[in-house]
Amino acid sequence: MSNITKSGGDDAEFAKPLYTPIKRRSFFMYAGATAGATALLLSGCDDDDNNDSMTPGTVSLGSGDVGVLNYAYALEQLEAAFYAQVKATPAADFSAVEKDYFSQVAAHEAIHRDFLKAAINRDAPGKIIQDLTPVFSSIDFTKRASVLATAKTFEDLGVAAYNGAGKYLKTPAYLVVAGKIVSVEARHAAYVRDLIANGSFADDSIVDAATGLDKAMEPVDVINAAQSFIQQKIDASSVGK
Amino acid sequence: MNILRIIEQLSEVDADVLGRFDSRRAVFKTLGNTAKLGALAAAPAFVSSLFQKAYGQTTSTGVIDVLNYALTLELLEEDFYKKMVAAGKVPTGAPQGAINLILKHESAHVKLLTDTVTALKGTPKTNVKFKASAFPADYATQLAYAQALEDTGVRAYKGQAGNLIGAMAGTTSLLQVALQIHSVEARHAAHIRTMRMQAPWIPAADSNLPAPLGPVYTGATREDNVMQAGVDVTKLGSGYSASDAAAAFDEVLTMAEVTDASRAGGLIE
Repeated sequence: MSNITKSGGDDAEFAKPLYTPIKRRSFFMYAGATAGATALLLSGCDDDDNNDSMTPGTVSLGSGDVGVLNYAYALEQLEAAFYAQVKATPAADFSAVEKDYFSQVAAHEAIHRDFLKAAINRDAPGKIIQDLTPVFSSIDFTKRASVLATAKTFEDLGVAAYNGAGKYLKTPAYLVVAGKIVSVEARHAAYVRDLIANGSFADDSIVDAATGLDKAMEPVDVINAAQSFIQQKIDASSVGK
Repeated sequence: MNILRIIEQLSEVDADVLGRFDSRRAVFKTLGNTAKLGALAAAPAFVSSLFQKAYGQTTSTGVIDVLNYALTLELLEEDFYKKMVAAGKVPTGAPQGAINLILKHESAHVKLLTDTVTALKGTPKTNVKFKASAFPADYATQLAYAQALEDTGVRAYKGQAGNLIGAMAGTTSLLQVALQIHSVEARHAAHIRTMRMQAPWIPAADSNLPAPLGPVYTGATREDNVMQAGVDVTKLGSGYSASDAAAAFDEVLTMAEVTDASRAGGLIE
């Protein structure tokens, strides 16, 4: 059983008990697991960690459900900014159909961004993160191949991010909305992958051949992967805590 | 390392923690003996077995039901694609490559879910077949059914996510596993849709298609829905079209809706 979710986030998963106060949900990770017993004992020490310490100029996504929503909001801001640029200055070698589809993808991502912003401001006033500044200097928006390669990175990362963060949401309504978004991200990912190489929509590089599972990544790992595209330093260490 | 501190913390989230052990006295008697023997190295293993006894059997039948429901859909999909391959109408090259890859994933999902239900001491669903009399003879209609099954899968998994909050199999989050299957079904759906010259996502108009597709996109929350968590998505920002607003979110189907005769329920032998 323990190997059915082999994915990028395993290291972070094992490291977590060292600094996470024990909660009912995380407790069930340990119950019945001999390997987890040592971590359980470490968690039994008094809580002396402090997640509030912050480097100045760093954007902390926060903790609890709003932390997860801010995390999604950060990623959607990035994707929306990327596709807005793709739509505004489409590569000359895009076909008419591709231009049309990418303008639809741009709308989907902008909708996800605006929806999350509205939901966070309504449900957790004052907790929303600032507008992020994208850094797209590594992308050549005039070249279809460069745009597609970046789109593939963002979409696969987005899918893995939502897949890994769902378990941190405590409010069922938020989980359902996250589920409604992630499958659309997966559709985008499949579309972009097929444009790069037809038939690669769910190939062995992204879907585990033995388990048939997509990737799931922990927030800190996702932010590490996305950080070079964002000017502000993002702190995801308390997401899900 | 402090077992008392662990139990104290547990009691904050589970008032019945001590009741779960054989008896309070037995726990501390055994602990005392372990310490007396100086077998400190054995303590982690002992604590693990202690908690396994206390919490190991608490998997609710609700979770098994959800997993068997998912397994039913995966078995249906697997059998459908086996029939599709056997019928020999899929063109060689990219189409055969895609159908074989999708079949491989459905078989992997069947195995994973079967093993998981078994590990949780449940009885895994078996022998679910796609209704032979409903299997289409021509390739184009076969692809339409494939789209119906994949988009049903996406909507069905989404509908059960809330029932898997906190559900674990050992150290594995069952919710995360379900999400990892869910996004693969969405990748499949997107590809099948493009094989049919459709948009990879679900446009609002699909809710009005004839069967077998239309009913897949209806239900209590139709795919042309633009209201999300009480927010009218078309009114966000400087405004979005109803079509983009609908396509930006996939919707849920309930278990009753999926198993209804108008949808997947009507395709099971």
